[in-house]
Amino acid sequence: MVNLSCTRSGKVYLGMLFLLGIAPLLFQWTNQPFLLDLLSRGLIIGIAALSLNLILGYGGMISLGHVAYLGIGAYCVGIPAYYDVYDGWIHLSLAIVTCALFALITGAVSLRTKGVYFIMITMAFSQMIYFIFLSLEEYGADDGLVIYARSEFPVWMNMESAVSLYYWIFGLLILTLFFIHRLVRSRFGRVIIGSKYNDLRMQSLGFNTYGYRLTCYVISAVICGLAGVLLGNFTSFISPEMMSWTRSGELIFMVIIGGTGSLFGPLFGALSFLFLEEALSLITIYWHLIFGGLLIALVLFGKGGIDAWLRKLDK
Amino acid sequence: MDWNLLISQLVNSVQLGLLLFLLASGLTLIFGIMDFINLSHGSFYMMGAYFCGSIVAATGSFFAGIIVGLVGVFFLGALVEWLIARQLYKENHLDHVLVTFGLILVFDALVHIIWGPSGLSIPLPDFLNGQIQLGSLVFPIYRLVIIFGGLAVAGILYLLISRTRLGMLIRAGASDRDMVESLGININRLFLFVFALGAAMAGFAGMLIAPITEATIGMGNDIIIIAFVVVIVGGIGSIKGAFYVALMIGFIDTMSRSYLDDFLELLASTAAAETAAPAISAMLVYVLMAVVLAFKPTGLFPPTAGNR
Repeated sequence: MVNLSCTRSGKVYLGMLFLLGIAPLLFQWTNQPFLLDLLSRGLIIGIAALSLNLILGYGGMISLGHVAYLGIGAYCVGIPAYYDVYDGWIHLSLAIVTCALFALITGAVSLRTKGVYFIMITMAFSQMIYFIFLSLEEYGADDGLVIYARSEFPVWMNMESAVSLYYWIFGLLILTLFFIHRLVRSRFGRVIIGSKYNDLRMQSLGFNTYGYRLTCYVISAVICGLAGVLLGNFTSFISPEMMSWTRSGELIFMVIIGGTGSLFGPLFGALSFLFLEEALSLITIYWHLIFGGLLIALVLFGKGGIDAWLRKLDK
Repeated sequence: MDWNLLISQLVNSVQLGLLLFLLASGLTLIFGIMDFINLSHGSFYMMGAYFCGSIVAATGSFFAGIIVGLVGVFFLGALVEWLIARQLYKENHLDHVLVTFGLILVFDALVHIIWGPSGLSIPLPDFLNGQIQLGSLVFPIYRLVIIFGGLAVAGILYLLISRTRLGMLIRAGASDRDMVESLGININRLFLFVFALGAAMAGFAGMLIAPITEATIGMGNDIIIIAFVVVIVGGIGSIKGAFYVALMIGFIDTMSRSYLDDFLELLASTAAAETAAPAISAMLVYVLMAVVLAFKPTGLFPPTAGNR
């Protein structure tokens, strides 16, 4: 994977990225604005899945509360907009600071625990955020909050039209992919991966793995928060429902479908998940039944996800 | 101070605590003995309510609904254990989370198909529907029924766990599963029974609450999270921990919702107190969990020898 264009699976991934890059042109040409909408949402959720994969796939930290950061990011657009503050830089920095702080505090407590306890405590913290927003009458409580205008940026990088917002999302996606690619190959990344497989050994090698894992947790939260800023701009309506714990469960599924601990997998896991959801819901209103069954079958029989299937090309 | 309100809130908090205990006791056993995370435990809560509602609608008898519903959920639990959970005990926790999450979708969709999207209300028989006068206090009879029902199940469970051979195996399984297996106990049968028992208790909780709230799709998905908090704070595998912590969380949750704004008014302005109180009371349970785990990472009553 050092050089993506050397392997067949890498070429497939790069080809798909290229397609994602020119997608708006294709959709405009074929006059399919709905598909652009679907793809924009898919990529935002894809970025969130990539950030979860950083802690879950590479670090072995199974967080069942990651959508909390997606929600915090979205509310970092919604709440300033409620007070008529539309400056995009304020939204972005607010999201980064809030997510980093919340992740630092909750991560410091959660990472003291292991296994089941970690899964449950991350879920509890995300429920905490969910209930806080559910009870904030000022910001719409469970009725949600409408965002009347998108974040404002200088003209050459505004996100007013659907296409320009798409390229914002695509830009963040590329940055995230590049960042994670570099991060997991750095010394920092090696420690994170090492502590997933044998934490005790990493500690006895002299690494303060707690500090490394906490840093990784915070980084992942910030990336997810940035995706949340884009989600807030994209949906222009936010509600606590987007932070319910079942959403975190879906996010984990996307990572698994794509392949844990692979660079591109979770992105295409998220896209497949959302497209499958969309397609099945067109066929029947009882699509949850088929969908749930498929997910169970996938865990029981389809180890490794999309990434593992593509890797078969390399052999 | 309004004493009537205080006492009725106390009754409410005990009621919530006992419902949480019914959910959490099964969950903590499944957790502690099989090391299995069952997110779909809340689906048994929902299925119990729907089974009971259908039987009540068909026969007109609330008690028939409870009995048949309990048997139904018991066998449903056994079926889920046999078909799905059993394949997963050897897998990691992530797989448990994923598969049981998929099960939630399947159960919610099944309920949608069988009973339709709107809720199912369960009418109470007349003699449970009234109110009872104790001195100057008035209680709805049904709330007292829930409390006695919950306490009765807790008592039966206590006798089962502490006085029978089966209970001895369950306790042994919670503290050292491998040892029980190597002593020649049929561990598969034990697991099947514990899983089905847990499902039946969750279903019972669903049946008890449904006449008040009516049975709805996804009704278990929120309360199951609090039940997980109970399990974690109480110590995984500890029935005793689940009982005390369930009552404690029921108390904290109910009381903070009704009294926190009065309390905060002593410290801040009325307006500030009224905005902050709901947010703080919604967080309180999770803050409690974070504090407990920060100091005692295995919960308050970890099921080691001599502490169950």
